[in-house]
Amino acid sequence: MTKSAASPRLAPDRLERLFDDAKPAYSYAEARIEAERCLNCHDAPCVRHCPTEIDIPKFIGQIASGNTRGAATTIFEQNMLGASCARVCPVEEMCVGACVYQGFNGQPIAIGRLQRHATDEACADERATGRRLFTPAAPIGRKVALIGGGPASLACAAHLALAGVQADIYERDSVPGGLNTTGVAPYKMKCESSLDEAAWLLSHGAHLMTGVAVGTDISFALLLDEYDAVFIGVGLAEVRTLEMDGPGVWTATDLIRAIKTEQGFALPPSVRRAVVIGGGNTAMDIARELAMLGVEKVTVAFRRREAEMSAYAHEWAGARSCGVVLRENLTPLAAVNRDGGLCAARFKETESGREIELACELLALAVGQEVGMQAMKAGVRQNANGTVWVDPATRRTSLSRVYAGGDCINGGREVVDAAADGRIAANAMLAEWSVEKGSG
Amino acid sequence: MADLRINFCGIESPNPYWLASGPPTNSGEQVMRAFDAGWGGAVWKTLGDPIINVNSRFGAMDIGGASIAGFTNIELITDRPLAVNFEEMAAVKKRYPDRALIASLMVESRSEWREIIHRSEDAGCDGIELNFGCPHGMCERGMGSAVGQEPRVLAEITSWAREFSSIPVLVKLTPNVGDILEPGLAAVGSGADGLSLINTIKSVIGVDLERMTPLPAVSGEGTHGGYCGPAVKPIALHMVGALSRDSRIAAPLSAIGGVTTWRDAAEFIALGAASIQVCTAVMHKGYRIIEDLVEGLSEFLDANGMASVSELSGRATPNFREWGDLDLNYRVVADIDADACIGCQLCYTACLDGAHQCIHINQARCHAWHGEPDHGQGVRAQVATPVEHKAPAQSDARVPWVDEAECIGCNLCELVCPVPGCITMREVSEDARSESWNERVGEAAL
Repeated sequence: MTKSAASPRLAPDRLERLFDDAKPAYSYAEARIEAERCLNCHDAPCVRHCPTEIDIPKFIGQIASGNTRGAATTIFEQNMLGASCARVCPVEEMCVGACVYQGFNGQPIAIGRLQRHATDEACADERATGRRLFTPAAPIGRKVALIGGGPASLACAAHLALAGVQADIYERDSVPGGLNTTGVAPYKMKCESSLDEAAWLLSHGAHLMTGVAVGTDISFALLLDEYDAVFIGVGLAEVRTLEMDGPGVWTATDLIRAIKTEQGFALPPSVRRAVVIGGGNTAMDIARELAMLGVEKVTVAFRRREAEMSAYAHEWAGARSCGVVLRENLTPLAAVNRDGGLCAARFKETESGREIELACELLALAVGQEVGMQAMKAGVRQNANGTVWVDPATRRTSLSRVYAGGDCINGGREVVDAAADGRIAANAMLAEWSVEKGSG
Repeated sequence: MADLRINFCGIESPNPYWLASGPPTNSGEQVMRAFDAGWGGAVWKTLGDPIINVNSRFGAMDIGGASIAGFTNIELITDRPLAVNFEEMAAVKKRYPDRALIASLMVESRSEWREIIHRSEDAGCDGIELNFGCPHGMCERGMGSAVGQEPRVLAEITSWAREFSSIPVLVKLTPNVGDILEPGLAAVGSGADGLSLINTIKSVIGVDLERMTPLPAVSGEGTHGGYCGPAVKPIALHMVGALSRDSRIAAPLSAIGGVTTWRDAAEFIALGAASIQVCTAVMHKGYRIIEDLVEGLSEFLDANGMASVSELSGRATPNFREWGDLDLNYRVVADIDADACIGCQLCYTACLDGAHQCIHINQARCHAWHGEPDHGQGVRAQVATPVEHKAPAQSDARVPWVDEAECIGCNLCELVCPVPGCITMREVSEDARSESWNERVGEAAL
């Protein structure tokens, strides 16, 4: 177990560094021009479409006026992961998709890029001047254990630390940030941004323990004994797979993780064609990454029809624009090897029943993830699909001192949902203790 | 195509657009390029005893991301030798005989005025413009606006110029006065052939909050400057209109103040201007703006069946009235086009906080006072109880609607709406009879 207040770093020699940002940082001059376009709508639709309900017109007005720290404060008060959400949120499906300019000239405000500008600049200002945006309250004599060091736990821990609560995060991996660090497409966000954000969140007083798996290294029951409350933010720890194995076969999450975090990792030179199995956003991500890394032909093979893909329209459009092609109605059967290496993936055509092979030297499986809490033995009520049941108003589980948030309660949504969960759970704990204190 | 030529108290010009006296008319080389671009005339950078300028000299006010909505300068008159200026002016006039060339002048004594006017005539100028307007630097030396603010001094110097000059004399007025009619009447009463207005407005364009210096900054210090640019157009329109509708002023008016497009120019001409002078817009966008200034005005005249600029001149002047003459019975209400509306609800906020609380939306209960038979004349000394309004049937839930009985026709919603044409003011006058305040007070007195 490694205990530290600061966030660990990664080696520089990683494949993800080849990727340029799809939505690069604004200069202040650029940000201001974009910010000045905002109409400052009443009851703004963008706010209504933000899971963390950031007062978007307010922070954009603050950028326009030159009050960048104020803009960042507006963002962080609602969403402590504002910096990563600015990069990874599917804004086309959320705030930007709701911008009233969609109905006027089709040029909505670039809310994500403005949020990135405000949060990056304000955090840089903090580092340069030492003037903090938020000052933690004096200790109130409470402590919370947070299981998993991903976005939900980091957000919850930061809110708790600011309220004077001792917040201890237990992360089984060597780095914090969860999928923000290891799973986000590198043209959206690099590992450094996620680790910088984690370091900033922890700097408000929370503690991070890496390399410690709850259920193996330390028991859930012990945490419940030691702490006033426990927050479960374990994400979707189990990757679904298919009966396909062998050389050249990867799960998409492992491959993305290798591209992002493994020093010296490279695709074998023999990889000229790749097949990605799946129809969700992870499938689009890895397909696009492979195409951008120079794989000549990247094919997404999907079980059903294009319209039934769960990927966002803009993600599929992004993959298409990199040359990725789609094959519909293909049921995966097997990986085909020749001379000790992968040479094709075999499928059955849904309608004809005919078997076909798609030649490839790399096969990536992006068929989803599941909650993996079995080892933890937490004893909380779970939904039929394995996710943790919570009270929607408080994110409290069926156990009174146990809260949960992030992918493990929603089955796999956005970072912004995890950020909202973390804040709501932290506030619910504080409200609970304040009631106890009042009655006691 | 409409005839854009003008004759301004004897000064002929192929179109009504002259460069105003300023940095764009500082040298012969510049004015020649301007004339090549199509400018009808130029008022040369003010001549006088050459001065020394400071660094820096200009400042601007940006609004909503648009740069130079307002502009200021602390530059003085020409800093080049008079002989050089006159030599260049002669060369310009020789090469461009059909363009209007006007010398802007500013000196002190009677003998100095006599000499500089004669030298201007010798250079071939078509007219002179007496700079009684500059509000910075020169006025402290008893010139510029120091003259323009004293009708008696203004009249005396104007009469000297009239006496010495064989070419038309224009007097350039300062807006830094209580009533523009006073200097205007003094000028025409002492022989001015034409009036130019407005010169710049005394101003401080801004403060550098890091160095705590008024702008523009000269070695950490600043002073007031002369304000101009698009933001001053309404002030200039008022002053041009005020002179234009006074029957005692027959002299033609050369309008100056924020003209950027042909539409601005057409507005000044409709309120009585006979020529248009432009400076800031050229400093911002260059001489080539003359192309659309000319084409746009020509197109406008053609589209409205006017054969010449003079047909437009003063068309709106009769409709410029005192407040007391306006019709109290005229009523309009706001109309929101639900199809054009994009649901920003700026009109709702504006009406609720900045007007009369008569625009409603679906999502929120309304905190305004409603349903009072006295239309808001009663005491409102507490926050109103929120009420639900029943929305009319409409396609989009974010489209606001207007309570026509409460609407007081103020226009604010139309002004804040980002979609041109979405909100219009519809006439709903119930009483066809017009009655002004003056008429009402007059009747009561009878």
